[in-house]
Amino acid sequence: MTSHDEPEPQHGAAGEHLPEHRSDGALTPADDPFADPGLPPHEHRRQDIDERAAKRSERTVALLFTVSILATIGFIASYVAIPIDRIVYIWPFGHVSGLNFSLGLTLGLALFCIGAGAVHWARTLMSDVETPDERHPIEATPEVRAHVFAEFRKGAAESQIGRRKLVRNTMLGAVAVVPLAGVVLLRDLGPLPHDKLRHTKWKAGSLIINESTMQPLRPEDITVGSLTQAMPEGMSPHDEDFHVEIAKAAVMLVRLQPDDIKDAKSAEWGHEGILCYSKICTHIGCPATLYEQQTHHALCPCHQSTFDLSDGARVLFGPAGHALPQLRITVNDDGFLEARGDFDEPPGPSFWERG
Amino acid sequence: MSTATDAPKPAEAPRRGSKAPAGERVADWADGRLGIYGLAKANMRKIFPDHWSFLLGEICLYSFIIIILTGVYLTLFFVPSMAEVEYHGSFKPMQGIMMTEAYASALDINFDVRGGLLVRQIHHWAALIFVVGLFCHMFRVFFTGAFRKPREINWLFGFLLLVLAIFTGLTGYSLPDDGLSGIGIRFMEGAILAVPIVGTYLQMFIFGGEFPGHDIIPRFFVAHVLLLPGIMLGLVVAHLILVFYHKHTQFAGPGRTNTNVVGMPLLPVYIAKAGGFFFLVFGVIAAIAATVTINPIWVMGPYRPDQVSTDAQPDWYLGFSEGLVRMMPGLEWVIPGGYTLNFGLLVPLAVFPGLLVVIGAYPFFESWGNRDPREHHIADRPRNAPTRTAFGMAWLTAFGVTMLAGGNDVWAINFNLSINAITWFCRIGFFVLPPIAFIITRRICLGLQRRDREKVLHGRETGVIKRLPHGEFIEVHEPLPQETLHTLTAHDQLTPYEIGPETDENGVRRKVGPLERARARVSRGYYGEHGQIPKPSREEYKEITSGHEHH
Repeated sequence: MTSHDEPEPQHGAAGEHLPEHRSDGALTPADDPFADPGLPPHEHRRQDIDERAAKRSERTVALLFTVSILATIGFIASYVAIPIDRIVYIWPFGHVSGLNFSLGLTLGLALFCIGAGAVHWARTLMSDVETPDERHPIEATPEVRAHVFAEFRKGAAESQIGRRKLVRNTMLGAVAVVPLAGVVLLRDLGPLPHDKLRHTKWKAGSLIINESTMQPLRPEDITVGSLTQAMPEGMSPHDEDFHVEIAKAAVMLVRLQPDDIKDAKSAEWGHEGILCYSKICTHIGCPATLYEQQTHHALCPCHQSTFDLSDGARVLFGPAGHALPQLRITVNDDGFLEARGDFDEPPGPSFWERG
Repeated sequence: MSTATDAPKPAEAPRRGSKAPAGERVADWADGRLGIYGLAKANMRKIFPDHWSFLLGEICLYSFIIIILTGVYLTLFFVPSMAEVEYHGSFKPMQGIMMTEAYASALDINFDVRGGLLVRQIHHWAALIFVVGLFCHMFRVFFTGAFRKPREINWLFGFLLLVLAIFTGLTGYSLPDDGLSGIGIRFMEGAILAVPIVGTYLQMFIFGGEFPGHDIIPRFFVAHVLLLPGIMLGLVVAHLILVFYHKHTQFAGPGRTNTNVVGMPLLPVYIAKAGGFFFLVFGVIAAIAATVTINPIWVMGPYRPDQVSTDAQPDWYLGFSEGLVRMMPGLEWVIPGGYTLNFGLLVPLAVFPGLLVVIGAYPFFESWGNRDPREHHIADRPRNAPTRTAFGMAWLTAFGVTMLAGGNDVWAINFNLSINAITWFCRIGFFVLPPIAFIITRRICLGLQRRDREKVLHGRETGVIKRLPHGEFIEVHEPLPQETLHTLTAHDQLTPYEIGPETDENGVRRKVGPLERARARVSRGYYGEHGQIPKPSREEYKEITSGHEHH
C-alpha cells in the first residue's frame, strides 16, 4: 500500500502503478456504497431447525452406507460365483465379460455410496456456518529477516569459507567432478552405434520370403495391384534377434505396369515391374503399408506420410523426410525372386550420421 | 469465531496420565514423540473455502491415489520381460503365437486373473482422468490468477507434476508391448534418432542396442513404477503442504478479503466432504471401468516392428505432441560432412516442450510485467484479467489445433474428409487461430467488464416498464444490493507502469534499456486503455444515484 502523502519517489519506482488501497474491508467509511458489508448472516437449513428433516437425512446417510455394505458383499459373491470366461449380453454395452461388469459395478457402487453418504452427512447434518480465518503474510517481518541474515553471516564467517579460498575452490571442484563417476557408469547401458543401422539381413542372393506363407516368392506370385509383405530368408519369429532384424529388413513388393514406373532407376532395380521397397517408414519407423493400388501410393498409418511407389517411393505428403529405400531384386536360376544385395542406404528413420 | 467457547473450562484442565480415556492416551503418547498437538492446533479446524472449481485439484489427488493402489496390484502379475514365449493362456485366438512375456502376462491379467481386467481398466481410466484433472485444475488456477504471489512455486510443482504425469503415462501404456504400444516405443526411437550429433548414441544406450532389443520394457517398467511416481509422490506432498501453508484462495465477496479465508473447518466438514469425494471419484472410475473398455490389448496382438494397424493414437494427453508431428511438413537436410538434420521431427520435438514451458513460465512473465510485489489471495474472475484470459484461450486454441491434427486420420475417416485438407487446415490454423482467439477473448472480457460496470451504476434491468406522466416509457432499473456492489467492484485495477520522462530534472538523458521498454509495453497491454474498463468509482455511483431516480 503506497500513500499519497509520502514524498514522490523517482519515476518508475515499484508500487506507483498499484491501486491506492485494496478492498480488504479495512476502509469502510459509512458513505461508501461499495464497502464490504461483511459476512452475510448464516441461513439455517431445514435440518438445523426441523428435527424430522434431520432424522430423514440421518436415515438417508445410513441407507447409503448400508447399500455400500451390500454392494461389497455383492462384489465378493460375483468374484466367487461368476466364471472368468463368462460372456454376457447386457444392453446397451453388448457382449461383455460378466465378471468384469459385475465386479466393477458392485465395487463402484460400494465406493460411491460411501462417498455419497459422507458428503450428504456433511451437507445436511454437519454445521455449515462459515467462519473467517485470518491470513498471515508469508513474508517474514523485517526484524526476523535482519536476524536471519545476521546469523547467516555469523555462520559463514565462522566457517571461514570466504577467507580460505583454497578450501572453497577445491571443495567446489570436488563436488563438481564427483558426479562423473555416475555418468561413467552409464556407459554400458548399450553398445556404440558403429554401422549397425546401415546393415540388414539382406545380402546378394537372399530369397524373398512371403510373410504370410513363409514361402519364397516367385515373380508370378505377385500380381498387378497387390502388395506383398516379405522378409529375407533365414529368419524365424523364434530367433532371439528376430524383432531387431525385422525392424530393418521388412519389405513390401508391388507390381506395376512397367509403363507406369516413372523412375528409370527404380524400374531397373525391380524385376518386370516388381518393385521391392523397405516398408519401414522413413519418418519414425512405422510400417508404411496402406497401399492405394490405383495411384500406387503407400501411406503410413501413423503420421500419414505418403510415398509414390511408382516414382522411387518419393514423399508426396506428410512428415517423412526422404524416400523409402528400394531393394534391388532379380530372379535366380530356380525362378525365385532374390535380392541383389543389401539396401543401398539405411532403411527406417533418419539419424545424424545417415548422410 | 468466539474464543470464549473454545477455551477449556477450568474443570476440564488438561490431564495426562492413566485417568484419561484410551483415545487421549494414544494421542498423548504420539504427541510425546511427534509433537502432533502443535500440528493439530494449527490444522485440525483449518478453514477451507468452498467453490466447485476447487474440487478439480482433488480429482487429481484421488485419481493419483487410485493409480498407485491399482498399479501396485498390477505389478503382482505383470512380468516386465521382453523374452519371447509361445502363448498358452486362456485367450483362444492367441494360442501358440510368439509374444513377449510382458504381453503374455498382460493377457493373463485380463483373462486368467479374476478382477485383473477390472483393475487394469481402473488403472488406465484413472490415469486418463488424472491428466484431464491436471489440465482442468491448471487452467482453473491459470484463469483465476491463483498462481500469483505467493503461489508461483506451487504452480511450478503442479506444472512439473503435469509433465511427469505425461511421461509416466507414456512409459505405462508402452508396457503391455501390444501392437499399439510398440508403435509408441518405435516413435520414441525415431524421435531420439533425430537428435543431432548424439541421437544415435542415445538410442543405443536407451534401448540397450538396436530397436526394439530386450531392455526397453524392463527399463520403462522401472521408470513407470518407481522413478517417476516416486518423484511425483514427493511433489504431490510438497504441493499439498504449500496449499495448507498458503491457505486456499477464495473469490471476492461480502466478508471475503485478501487477509482472511472464509469457509468451513477441516474437521468435520472437509474431512467428510473431501474424504467422501475420494470415494465418489473411485466409485465413478470403477463404474466406468466396468462398462467402457479402454485399451483392449487383446485386440491389438503382440507387437511386431513390421506390423501396424490404422487409427494408431497415443493416449489423449500426448495427442498434442502427436498432432505437432503430423502437422510438420517433411523437411530433411543433409549438411556438409554428410550429417542429417531431420526437421520433420526436430521442429515438433522442440515445439512440444515449448508449448508446455510457455504455460508453465507464464506466472513469471505476468509478475515481471506487472511489478506487483503484493500477495494475492483473492481469485480473479477471468473477465477482470482480459489479457491473461485471452492468452490462456490462445494457448488452448493452439493446443486444440494440435489435438485435431493428432487425430487427423480419425477425423478424415469418420467425417469423410480429406486427410490432406485437415492437415493443411491445422498447419495454417496453428498460427492463425490463436491470435484470433486472443482478440476475441479479450473483447468478450472487456464487454463483460462493461456490463458489470453498467450493472453497478444503473442497477439490474427488472423488465418492468413504467409510463411516466408525460407519456415516456422507461424500464425500471433496480439498484444492486450492497453485497453485489461490493463483489463487482472488489477487484484491483492497476495502472500501466510508466518508464517516465526520457530526461531527468537536469535534462540529462536517462538510460532506459530495451527490456525496460518491453516491460512497460507489457504492462500497457495488461492495464492500458485497451486492457481494462475502469471500474465504477464511488463518486460516479453517487453522482448517478443521488440525482434523478430513473435509468
